Amino acid sequence: MTRKRRRLWIVMLCALGLGTATALTLTAFEDNLVFFHSPSDLAAKQIPPGRNIRIGGLVETGSVDRATTGDGQLQIGFRVSDGAASLRVTYTGILPDLFREGQGVVAEGALTPEGTFRARQVLARHDETYMPPEVADALKRSGHWQPGEPPPPARDWNTLRPNAATPAGAGTARMTN
Amino acid sequence: MDGTPAPIPGRGNALHRFANPGRFMRFSGAVLPWLALAGLSLSVIGLGWGLVLAPRDWQQGDTVRIMFIHVPAAWMAMGGYVGLAIASFVGLVWRHPLADISARGIAPIGAVFTAICLITGSLWGKPMWGTWWVWDARLTSVLVLFFLYLGHIALSNAFDDIERAARPAAILALIGAVNVPIIKFSVDWWNTLHQPASVTRIGAPGIHVDILQPLLVTAMGFLFVFAALALLRTRAGILERRARALMAARAAEPAAAAATVTA
Repeated sequence: MTRKRRRLWIVMLCALGLGTATALTLTAFEDNLVFFHSPSDLAAKQIPPGRNIRIGGLVETGSVDRATTGDGQLQIGFRVSDGAASLRVTYTGILPDLFREGQGVVAEGALTPEGTFRARQVLARHDETYMPPEVADALKRSGHWQPGEPPPPARDWNTLRPNAATPAGAGTARMTN
Repeated sequence: MDGTPAPIPGRGNALHRFANPGRFMRFSGAVLPWLALAGLSLSVIGLGWGLVLAPRDWQQGDTVRIMFIHVPAAWMAMGGYVGLAIASFVGLVWRHPLADISARGIAPIGAVFTAICLITGSLWGKPMWGTWWVWDARLTSVLVLFFLYLGHIALSNAFDDIERAARPAAILALIGAVNVPIIKFSVDWWNTLHQPASVTRIGAPGIHVDILQPLLVTAMGFLFVFAALALLRTRAGILERRARALMAARAAEPAAAAATVTA
């Protein structure tokens, strides 16, 4: 075995060992690596009230209510849902611009003894969909995208062939009309 | 003559042929102007297209235009680290001086692109998410990438003899390479505030073609700029090494050196 070949094997073995160690460490610390818990996680984990946590999910359509407190601050209540479970969140303060029904949010705060979530900070979480407003409007007009729902799958509206008829009938070519 | 050992004659496989510093200097000298020209023009076209002509986003409005700098910079930050790891691997296993020099060349460029990615990401996060920074898995792992680049730069300059720094720096670069898949898949493995990948995903990209095209053009531009800078810095590294070798030879033979100067 030449010295080069021996060095090659040593480096490969080190890489394998390091990769395995990293994978095991990341798996072991999985709970600490998540940025937020979903409402279903929360129901399963029995986190005590008062502990500082983050929860995340979509703002349930039709669940947002706003009120003004005595000292003129805006008080907002809404439900955060992950499809399977949902949780009522209350928050006093200014919301990010992206906050709206059907939109992802991450709220930092603590559970109250009543089982709701009192948020100290609310962050908006947007999805990985980017499209011009005209395309979004056309998809909504044609009924392929229900308001308050996540956007339809990209293959229904995104194509590299501008003149091809897309399955949703909402291709780029028709947007301009 | 090069100040670096020439490859063993007769064993002229592809790796050794292009890793010959003399041949590398000739080849890179010919390619460099074209690479720089392509990189700059594609970047200017892509950024002009993206920042001015491309449509706004349905939910983020004009703020989405930060993407045209942020995303290509992030790709270069990660791609650069892959390049650094490959150079370090070749340097460590085959002990090729050109690999060590190119690793030294790549690291600061990668660090700058990572800094651009972090800064633009922060500027984008404030108006959209409502925060400049959070410690979620994606943001934290990119910050670790930045520190790995800085660590590599510091370590490669920590020795009086630059050539001795190559091996520890290469080991650091290879250890840090585990971070690259963590960055890439952090948004899939764990809940993060950062959204999942839009472009590299199964099925159609989640970015409408009108926004995707300028993004890809800019990314090509950034790639060529990165490559041009890496070639430039590697060339400078080779010349530096030659100068050092000449100076060392001169110091070893003061009489001969004096004779050369007067000649």
